[in-house]
Amino acid sequence: MTVENEVRSPAEVRRARYLGITYLLLAAFVLWFFGLGSWGNGSAAFGIARPIDTFNGIPDLSIPAGPLGIGVAVVLAFMGGVQLVRGFGRWQNRVLAVAFVLFIFAFLGWAAAGKSFSLVSMLRAAVERSTPITLGALAGLLGERVAVINIAIEGQLLAGAFAGAVIASVAGNAWVGVLGAIGVGVFFGWVLAVLAIRYQVDQIIIGVVINMFVLGLTSFLMLRVLSGNPHLNSPPTLRSWRIPGLGDIPFIGPILFDQTVFVYGSLILVAVLAYGLFHTRWGLRARSVGEHPRAADTVGVNVYRYRYLNVLLGGAVAGFGGAYFTIGTVGRFDENMTTGRGFIALAAMIFGRWHPVGALSAGLIFGFADALAGKLGVLQTGIPSEFLLMAPYLATLVVVTGIIGRARPPAADGAVYQKE
Amino acid sequence: MSDRPDAAGTPAPAGGEPGKKKGRLTDNRLFREITGVGLDWRSAVLVPVLAVITALIVSGFIIALTDIEALRMWGSNPGEAARDTFGTIGSAYLALLDGAFGSLSAWSETLVAAAPLILTGLSVAVGFRAGLFNIGAEGQMIIGGLLAAIIGFSLHLPWPIHIPLALLGGLVGGAIWGGIPGLLRAKTGAHEVITTIMFNWIAIRFLDWALTVDFIQAEGRDDSISKNVLSSARLPQFFSDPRIRLHWGIVLALLAAGLIYWLLFRTTTGYEFRAVGYNPDAAHYAGMNVTWLYVLVMAVAGALAGLAGANQILGPLGRATPGFSAGLGFDAIALALLGRSHPLGVVLAGLLFGALEAGGRQMQVATDVSIDLIMVVQALIVVFIAAPALIRAIYRVRTGKGAEQITKGWAA
Repeated sequence: MTVENEVRSPAEVRRARYLGITYLLLAAFVLWFFGLGSWGNGSAAFGIARPIDTFNGIPDLSIPAGPLGIGVAVVLAFMGGVQLVRGFGRWQNRVLAVAFVLFIFAFLGWAAAGKSFSLVSMLRAAVERSTPITLGALAGLLGERVAVINIAIEGQLLAGAFAGAVIASVAGNAWVGVLGAIGVGVFFGWVLAVLAIRYQVDQIIIGVVINMFVLGLTSFLMLRVLSGNPHLNSPPTLRSWRIPGLGDIPFIGPILFDQTVFVYGSLILVAVLAYGLFHTRWGLRARSVGEHPRAADTVGVNVYRYRYLNVLLGGAVAGFGGAYFTIGTVGRFDENMTTGRGFIALAAMIFGRWHPVGALSAGLIFGFADALAGKLGVLQTGIPSEFLLMAPYLATLVVVTGIIGRARPPAADGAVYQKE
Repeated sequence: MSDRPDAAGTPAPAGGEPGKKKGRLTDNRLFREITGVGLDWRSAVLVPVLAVITALIVSGFIIALTDIEALRMWGSNPGEAARDTFGTIGSAYLALLDGAFGSLSAWSETLVAAAPLILTGLSVAVGFRAGLFNIGAEGQMIIGGLLAAIIGFSLHLPWPIHIPLALLGGLVGGAIWGGIPGLLRAKTGAHEVITTIMFNWIAIRFLDWALTVDFIQAEGRDDSISKNVLSSARLPQFFSDPRIRLHWGIVLALLAAGLIYWLLFRTTTGYEFRAVGYNPDAAHYAGMNVTWLYVLVMAVAGALAGLAGANQILGPLGRATPGFSAGLGFDAIALALLGRSHPLGVVLAGLLFGALEAGGRQMQVATDVSIDLIMVVQALIVVFIAAPALIRAIYRVRTGKGAEQITKGWAA
């Protein structure tokens, strides 16, 4: 490793030390609770195929919970030792991800010891539930990369959900509903853009206002119009569509390739945006507008145009994500049905460090926490699901306070740009 | 440097445009000296009044456009449709007015609704004054309210001790829940908008969990609901008729407003709060302990919101339920903006929002216009206040300078 020779800032050294201590603490925790705690509780039977899958004869993966916990604890302790003694250098984040997965695995082993537990259904639910979070985070980062803060993701999701339901019901076609949701998302993106860019209103305040407005308006319309006209609130839904070939792969297929168009859409968007933002002219210019608008302006980049474009695109993405709630799942709009997913998306954007792939990873982690919280009751672990539902928020706090790694937003984020 | 967030985000007094006639400048100075508001009278009075009127007009359109039966009639019988539409809007707004001010019980409901709004509004306003955006009033309310509820049902004390103790619990709970983001901001630079949003959701989930714990959950109940606060901890009502719910909360809120006015404009600490708000770097070089001030500001803001939570639990509600904070912490942002972050303004704005709240309930009962419309009205009010250029364009009045930048982007 050449890392030792490089100069590291005191903050980095401190962070590396915190990380190492964290691994050791995790190791001790896993050893005590998951390893020794489930000793003699038998094996956890993880189901890795559903009856409806192509290869449904695969037997459950049976792992003795106690030894699993102890094994994971040993690996974590080793990682902590290496981290403290010499560090993982540029592998640090990947090692952190591995540690996280191992910890979760030990936890699942402990929770499901002596029972059977459908791992494949759970992971499938995690991917599904991550979708609106990922899409919301993408919407947020599209804006923030050009320095327009979007707290209104929640409102845009809710507006998309509402518009999707009503328009799909009227048209009798789910796809038209999706388009309508995107349109409404763009509209609220436009409101945000005009107020933030043209009228220079405080962006955080506009976001708060859009959230209030959409929540008030959709609840109002729900009671006043939809409740008396149920035919306006019964949209056709888009069921999951198994991709031929890929969907037949055992384990992976049902998790990733037997999903709704919203899941596929979010994965494609992540790839497109990750490429677009970092490998195209549009991306370079957009990022320059977010980092140093005056410099971008000086070299001839139209700052306002890029801000409008990205905020409108963000609105479209959020509107699409909103349609998931109605057209992608239950086929009905309910009052305040996004229940704070927009704020989890905001958290995911920060946790993912303003990067599309990061947003996806954070979305998956938070979706996983969401799915797991739903299953905890079934497993009867005694852990209140509320604490798991707090995980996204706690994780974000850890990231923004820089205890483990640090997220740096675009330099001009939230600042008004006035052309000279 | 001018497009850096820390420079652009510094809250600047919007009044006193340079190059104005001398006479007007003096007027404004007088106005500012009387009210302590760093604005000219147009921004402080004219814009809010026009904003409220415009918001009600726009909401009238929303009522009209959602009147399905009337909409169907417009083609065949426009006269009848118009009469029907205006009838609906008229009766809705009359019911609103009636529910807010039409009787003793209406006044009582307005004041009952205004008390927590004033307290949370003060919470956000104190933050604004110090350049911090406290979106966390909701969470602080929840933690404060929960602590007040626990003290309220678990201790057996005479009321002169029990009520103050439960209120203190609310204060402390809120102060902790607000103080931590303040500390994080001061020590690590983590932006308070993000941390307080996260703290809101942590508080919401925590409440959901706490209400299922045996010690807190009401006996014999499976749903999330706390035990009832003992009568020795309930805020006494003014009238013997239990239907007129006016209680001591409004007095508490007004006292808090007075205290915050005194703190902000008559003490050194308040001066330091505002100095940090104008320019934290300058405050630092002037020898102020900015770290400590951030913690203190957020703790004071949190304490106010926590008191609002305690007020709800010990006042009208009598026990904690999921969502007892009812979004008041978010309304507070609108309120602080409407009241220009001045305690007097917040009190007036709180009374207005309280009236909308109480009237909205009457409107929902008397007509089929649901109270959710009030949230739309409130959102529109804030838009028009935050973007005075819109008001200027509609009414062709002078509104002072452009929009204020109250918060700072989190890139600082």
